[in-house]
Amino acid sequence: MVRCFLIHTVCSVSALGAGESRLLYSRLFGPDEGIFSDRERGLNPEERRLVQKERIAVVARQVRSAVSLSREASARVLVETVPGEEALALQEADSGVVRLRAGDPFSEEMSALWLGVQSLGFTLVCEPHENLLLAEGTLRNLTRHCLEHLHMLGQGSEVLLRSNRVDALLSRLLPHGQLLFLNHRFAQALEKEVAAYMAK
Amino acid sequence: MYSHGAESLIKQAREIQESELQKFYSRLVKLLQGKELGHETIDSLQRLHLILSATKYTRTLPPELQKKVQSLLSSPKEHFQVLSSAVLRETLPLSGQEGNYNQENISQLNSHAAVLLLSQAGSRADLSSLCAQLLRSLESRQSEVPAHSLTHTLPILNTILTLSPECLTDDHVTLLNKKLVDWLRYASITQGGGASSGGFFTGPRSRQPVPTAELDGAVSGDFFTVLCVGQGFTEDQWMNVYSFSMLRHWLLTYHSVLSGNGTADTANRLQLSLSLSHSFSNDDRSEVDGSVVSIVSATSSSGRLLPPKERLREKSFQYCLRLIEQSDRKAHRKTDTDLQKACLVEAVCILDCVCEEDASLVFRAFPCIKALFGRLSSDLSFARVLLPIAQFYLNHGEMAAVDCESVWKLVFGRFPAELFNDHFLAHELLRFLRLNLKSLQHRVPQYTRSFPNLLKFLAWDSPAVVDDFVDLLPSLVTAGTAVELLHTLLDLPCLSATLVLQVRSTCLPISEPGGRGLQSPDAYRNPSFRGLFLFLLRGDAGSGDTIDRLSTLHELLAETADWPRVVQCAQTVPLLLHIFFNTVITGADEKLLSHLILVMLERSSLLLNIPEYNKEIQRVFSSHLLRFCKLHPSLVVDQSHELLEFAGATANVYSKEGIYTHVVWVLGEYLSVSCDSRCSVRLITSCFEALEAVLFEITSSVPPPGADCPAPRVVTTLMSALAKLASRSHDLIPRVSLFLSKLRTLTRGGSVAWCSDEEDLVAIVTRGEELWSLLKAPGVAQSVLTPPPHVTTPQWHRDTNVAMPLRLRALTSLTHSQ
Repeated sequence: MVRCFLIHTVCSVSALGAGESRLLYSRLFGPDEGIFSDRERGLNPEERRLVQKERIAVVARQVRSAVSLSREASARVLVETVPGEEALALQEADSGVVRLRAGDPFSEEMSALWLGVQSLGFTLVCEPHENLLLAEGTLRNLTRHCLEHLHMLGQGSEVLLRSNRVDALLSRLLPHGQLLFLNHRFAQALEKEVAAYMAK
Repeated sequence: MYSHGAESLIKQAREIQESELQKFYSRLVKLLQGKELGHETIDSLQRLHLILSATKYTRTLPPELQKKVQSLLSSPKEHFQVLSSAVLRETLPLSGQEGNYNQENISQLNSHAAVLLLSQAGSRADLSSLCAQLLRSLESRQSEVPAHSLTHTLPILNTILTLSPECLTDDHVTLLNKKLVDWLRYASITQGGGASSGGFFTGPRSRQPVPTAELDGAVSGDFFTVLCVGQGFTEDQWMNVYSFSMLRHWLLTYHSVLSGNGTADTANRLQLSLSLSHSFSNDDRSEVDGSVVSIVSATSSSGRLLPPKERLREKSFQYCLRLIEQSDRKAHRKTDTDLQKACLVEAVCILDCVCEEDASLVFRAFPCIKALFGRLSSDLSFARVLLPIAQFYLNHGEMAAVDCESVWKLVFGRFPAELFNDHFLAHELLRFLRLNLKSLQHRVPQYTRSFPNLLKFLAWDSPAVVDDFVDLLPSLVTAGTAVELLHTLLDLPCLSATLVLQVRSTCLPISEPGGRGLQSPDAYRNPSFRGLFLFLLRGDAGSGDTIDRLSTLHELLAETADWPRVVQCAQTVPLLLHIFFNTVITGADEKLLSHLILVMLERSSLLLNIPEYNKEIQRVFSSHLLRFCKLHPSLVVDQSHELLEFAGATANVYSKEGIYTHVVWVLGEYLSVSCDSRCSVRLITSCFEALEAVLFEITSSVPPPGADCPAPRVVTTLMSALAKLASRSHDLIPRVSLFLSKLRTLTRGGSVAWCSDEEDLVAIVTRGEELWSLLKAPGVAQSVLTPPPHVTTPQWHRDTNVAMPLRLRALTSLTHSQ
């Protein structure tokens, strides 16, 4: 099961400190794991939400640092792409996976798969026994849709102002965090529904 | 991509004033009261979501607004469902309305409302009732339930049982077992969505149902799976996809051997599954008109005799075998080829899982797995599929008496050597090693010898995998290979540089004009240096600890010292060395420890010249040298010759100050009869003379050109060491005292050539005076500078006088309640 999907910055943001990451979209799947831990059972909903937000902030920070180290090591020049070149942007994107140890920040060990498209990172946190090949493919697919439907290669802020589109996309391609084995026909059927949603 | 516009939007959302916010709320309430909810409402709701989610502190909505938003959850327009769910998730539920989980109409909830319910669940009980409701809707006849809510049932259940498997009762589990069997094995094999084989002129009556197709276009000959395509899909075909997507997790959760309800007799199972009976059961939607039956179905065991759990196991088995068969077909599209790979991984994992539950299935599964391995082993693009196959071999190979050599050759040989730069493979392979450490150490002897290959993952991408190596390194330390491992760790940055050169030389043409003026690529291709690089790139340990021409290698790679990958690698080496030494010290014999000390002395200057690297390594060496000698003081006498040689070389004071200081300290501290009875007066005297000579030299002349003044610590350590040695052989005391008083007179004149800082000089002189006055009373000096063991390792609880008060204090604190 996928625990969360995040879209966050992987470049330096002037308003934030070094190494910090700005979250543009975050979605946690399933019930809060805190209700099963002895430590967090007594928290009220407000505190629980705070803990959740802190958790995803930790993930975003760790991915940000992994992305910058990876880019530094490969010394690749980032290619600036413009709207319309989504396929190219995806091809040029660098990818990797971060091991999140148990407790840091989820109670169990997790694998955070990431895709770095220029200044933004798309991260999928899954349980390590999950099929990472499938997760990788799903992440690429989700990223492609986000880039296209939210015009993310441009200067707009649709990812903030149209987050409902990402929600709708996730409800089809990653319902409740479930990775799906979709061949091209099934995927087409779901993407048609997504496109219909976006059109309204 | 990330623009100032976005940044300022977030800022505005966080810093919105209360008054403005309240105005916004009332505007939104008005909008929601209207008859027609249009684009403006959607935009406003979206802005509300942004305001709520931009900050980690929760804002509460006015109750009126919240109620209105809540009512949108059941709106016919999906946009409102999505937005209201998103908004409500970012705020607190209204008091008194905390997710009523016992509603009758939960099954009518759309997916987005279900998301909200899940996120608001506060306890296991909430989730249990949600599960019960969902399953009730599954049980009821399908025509009553709208299409989409059925498909979302499985993902919702899956997410709940990830965290809390106890939410499903045994009856629920049985029900789902039955349902999963139906969906997986008996989904319709004709295309849905009204596809027909008729042409333009055929009327509705002549429309025949079209069978589904395989990915290469052929007509499907067997039951429906995720690798079958059609123009449209029926409800149960969708459920087939959703069922398979959660199958492995389901099997792992409820069918694991640990939760075993009664261990069935293996012999009986064996009989059942090997029997080739093929019966049709009446109440199943089984293949009544099954015309074309493939090999898989023909060898199925009788479905009716098995209880639901075992039936699901059997059907999962068949499904996986079919997937493996289907993955051999040449798909037309790349996304489908990728899906085939993912299906292979999943199928092998599920087979592994069911074979764990029922060992008799191993004999049926192995031929297939073996064939698959044979098919894929030469193609490195299938490396990630071969890992689950390796896991299968590891788990069941012994039982099936299958030879696993070729598997390990791949996993420990080709994969690290050729695919070290594949992040995902590295992650999965290292995870495989971590999870199976005990079995691997037990059953795969080449594991501990394969560290030169495994470390290539680390040399290439240190930040990503260092965490895994922190866990794995202790298992790679063996008495036989420890020295070689140490050398390999110290030369990891060289390996890193070599791998970069290797990758570059395969990517770039051989005759690239040395445009950037780099020397190293040429060196890499130069035949006379080939041996050096080949040693670094070796796959197995055992061919030698290190090479003679290390310094040549370091020179050749000197320009790589600022390459980012090399620098990142160098930063992880000290940590790994700590882990190495910590592992070695437990249970190592003195012989190995002495050998390691020698390596430390030798390598402290024989390292790739990366800034700070040398210093860091010396720091690690120093701390572990101290530990070794503290644990086994006799090591100092054992290695006295080499240690003295090191300490007697004045050049070391300037170039290896860190470790030099510690060597001197160790000599001073442990070269005594109380530590080792073999320590003779002659040994003490020769050590004394060696150190004395160095001390004379560094305090009487200017430092050699290019070197800084010796650190004050070196001088004081030398003085202390000499004093300690003198306290053990009193004839040496006059010599020390003479030197110390000379030092005092010399420095009274002000500054000296060998010490630039006045304060440091004062500290040195003060120490000299202390030692001099101490040595005036040799007996006292001896007990202070060479204390007997019972002083340095106090065990007060054993002392008859001191023990009593300690015991009383302990008893008192135990009996007193805090």
